[in-house]
Amino acid sequence: MTVRQVVVIGAGPAGLAAAASALAAGAAVTLLDAAERPGGQYHRMLPEEYGAARPGRLHHGWAAFERLRRRVLGHPRCTWLAETAVWALERPEPGHPGLPLVHTLTGPADGTDRPRRTLAPDALVLAPGAHDRVLPFPGWELPGVYAAGAAQALAKGERLVIGDDVLLAGSGPFLLPVAAALLEAGAGVRAVLEANPPRTVARGWARRPWELAEQPGKAAELAEYTALLAHRRVPYRMGRTVIEARGDGRVEEAVTARLRPDWSVIPGSEVTVAVDALCVSHGFSPQLELPLAAGCALLRSPAGEFVAVDGDQLTSCPGVYAAGEITGIAGAPAARTEGALAGWLAGGGDPATPALRRVRRNRDRGRAFAARLAAAHPVGSAWPGWLRPETVICRCEETDYGTLCRAATEEAGAAPRVAKLATRAGLGPCQARICGPTVAELTARLSGNSPGCPADGLPVAAPHRRPIAQPIRLGELASSPAPSEPDTKESTA
Amino acid sequence: MRSMNGTRVVVLGAGIVGAACARELALAGGFQVTVLDRGGAAEATTAHGEGNVLVSDKGPGPELRLAQLSRRLWPEALAAIADGPAGSANGPSGSADAVRAVEWDPKGGIVVATTEAGADGLHRFAADQRAAGVRAEVLDADALAAAEPHVTRDHTAALHYPEDAQVQPAAAAAALLGDALAHGATLRTGCEVLGARTRGGRLTAVRTAEGDLAADLFVNAAGPWSGRLAARLGAPVDVRPRRGDILVTAPLPPTVFHKVYDADYVGAVGSSAEDLQTSAVVEATRGGTVLLGSSRRRTGFDDRLRPEVLAAIAAKALRLFPGLAGVPVMRAYGGFRPYVPDHLPVIGADPRLPGLWHASGHEGAGIGLSLGTARLLRDLVRGTEPEIDPAPFRVDRPAVLGALAPSEESA
Repeated sequence: MTVRQVVVIGAGPAGLAAAASALAAGAAVTLLDAAERPGGQYHRMLPEEYGAARPGRLHHGWAAFERLRRRVLGHPRCTWLAETAVWALERPEPGHPGLPLVHTLTGPADGTDRPRRTLAPDALVLAPGAHDRVLPFPGWELPGVYAAGAAQALAKGERLVIGDDVLLAGSGPFLLPVAAALLEAGAGVRAVLEANPPRTVARGWARRPWELAEQPGKAAELAEYTALLAHRRVPYRMGRTVIEARGDGRVEEAVTARLRPDWSVIPGSEVTVAVDALCVSHGFSPQLELPLAAGCALLRSPAGEFVAVDGDQLTSCPGVYAAGEITGIAGAPAARTEGALAGWLAGGGDPATPALRRVRRNRDRGRAFAARLAAAHPVGSAWPGWLRPETVICRCEETDYGTLCRAATEEAGAAPRVAKLATRAGLGPCQARICGPTVAELTARLSGNSPGCPADGLPVAAPHRRPIAQPIRLGELASSPAPSEPDTKESTA
Repeated sequence: MRSMNGTRVVVLGAGIVGAACARELALAGGFQVTVLDRGGAAEATTAHGEGNVLVSDKGPGPELRLAQLSRRLWPEALAAIADGPAGSANGPSGSADAVRAVEWDPKGGIVVATTEAGADGLHRFAADQRAAGVRAEVLDADALAAAEPHVTRDHTAALHYPEDAQVQPAAAAAALLGDALAHGATLRTGCEVLGARTRGGRLTAVRTAEGDLAADLFVNAAGPWSGRLAARLGAPVDVRPRRGDILVTAPLPPTVFHKVYDADYVGAVGSSAEDLQTSAVVEATRGGTVLLGSSRRRTGFDDRLRPEVLAAIAAKALRLFPGLAGVPVMRAYGGFRPYVPDHLPVIGADPRLPGLWHASGHEGAGIGLSLGTARLLRDLVRGTEPEIDPAPFRVDRPAVLGALAPSEESA
């Protein structure tokens, strides 16, 4: 009997857990990640050449992560493909069974002549994670304004100090670990601003108390960050945010303002503060290009669009499982339980195994946590009030808000696809990874009409649709792929 | 000329051909024009092409005559829209902006052969084209290197077609449609045609999800969906989808200055094969990206990305521009061309169902041919003498009414 081949895309908390339980279920696993080392953003590791004496500093659950990493990567049925990007998922012919083929490129993201490979899995676990969502505001394109995730990566991955007088603003508990990472790396943090007022946050967390599912790990972690902020006398203010960054060639000042619950600015509440760096985070955007390429149905929730999964983490595509932030933003512990469940079932494990009951219960708690998180830290609908006609929305193509407004109100240009093409928003090198959800939201609001039904064969214009999921050089594309999955077969000893 | 006073026209499809027809009829006076689309304007085939306005890929014959008429009309139409009526649908000075967005670029085409056989074929093809009034200039190696410094030195012949031009296709459709609206036409999007209402054998209304829409004449401009739409109205025509894919590179400094394609392209355009045909078509856009085509496959409305198709396009493009090997491809998109087995558009009245007209089947040339098609349609509707012979495009020809493929109709 041949061994079941499971491909796990993404080696963050969800992917690593999925790989471990697929191996436990007896499958052969190919685990791949664009990074050099597993861990994802949560367990971002210092490069080995740093020779860090205490690599676990700034990390939660480091020892457990280390054990898991060694167990998975050292397993004889596991093939670990580092620095491997999936540039395309190829669906089977309509009406034909089978899993998508996974087309990969291995090598540094800026490399050339990276070898191509095609994997043909029996089951697929998608765990690509999420990246920061940053809402635009005047001056957000200035050097010195960081997405919070990028600042955290610099602090955790390189121990780089981004400033002595840093202001953090946005919404959600993620601001706390970022503040902690900055402090640990030696930066000065002036304040952490949560845009939602205390009432919204308290109501969100206290909603549906009968299912008060603790995320004990998460709660302890947050308490620790809060204690650290208090110890370092970093104020945490609610109902206030940064509405403008100013500076000559780099950020020198931030304008903050008090907000109403819908995030409209309370007039007269503006304060200008001197800063040398600004970190912003308004939640997360799940990385949906691979699920969309696989053909997975999405689910629209108040917190945005996510991959729809059933109780087994199975997507609408047979054999394709999803785990982690792409099914809802809930943090690493929830991602781990989703990954464990997805990996076990993808690996052909017995769905009736008693141990799964606990995993499912934990997963359900994770989902409840995600719902609370979304309710406590929503994005207020009035945020476009911060924008000015000259505010840049798409940084790659330098499309400003005024241009989007004009395009959206033209009768013949009312379709999102035409508006997008005409304004060039989202067409630059980042391919709308940063501005896509924002442009889609603004365009829908400005034009006030919903697009008609899509034509057959042509997909709906979606901000996350990227048939080429990662840039591939022409020479790499023209070369033939290496023979199918040599590593997985070889390692199936 | 027949009196058109108050004639109600419904144009079915808000792509480039529907937009051009709506504009031509709105400008003609006497027509009340409504454009209907089940999606949004210029969202389907129009938004998924390269924006070709070409004469170089057409041999002598009716399609070349339509292309030459269209090529003459493009600058005229854009100039007219730019000086359009004040307070147009595009807002004050909006029509000038709309025309700027069209990115009209008479950059010229260069066709390169890389084999001896290809060179012979290319020279013969160009000689026939010259006899039909096309400007086709032979480039020697130095002239080619001066015109396209990055093109392969490994070539056997090169021809320059100064009449070839490029537009941003979705913007071009938007500009035409905007001008139609400024001249009194109305646009209804998100409204699908479900069937026909006839009286005495004449099409009097289309049934839609939002109720019946009555008119005196209906123009089927639904591109690759024309076949299915016509079938729903009770008068099927054999227009099928033929898939194409395009690669888009990251923005580059100026590298490609004309529309450059290999001599195989003409053969692929004219072939009727169902399986994959690829040939290199390379051109830059005003945004700095380079578009790499082209592929042709008849696989119904299958929108899957096929890495082997993209790889074939990349390999052919590198044969023309070997220096692009390190350039990142950041996007790929595909679309469906409206394909008719004899490779000619379908323009004119449907003799089986009075009231129904067709303006479809342009395969990969609909952007370029849209204006000539609209002019021809206007003349036929009004009963005036058209500039070119409309007979080759008539609906009742074997390729259009002959072997209908029910499987693809329902695909």
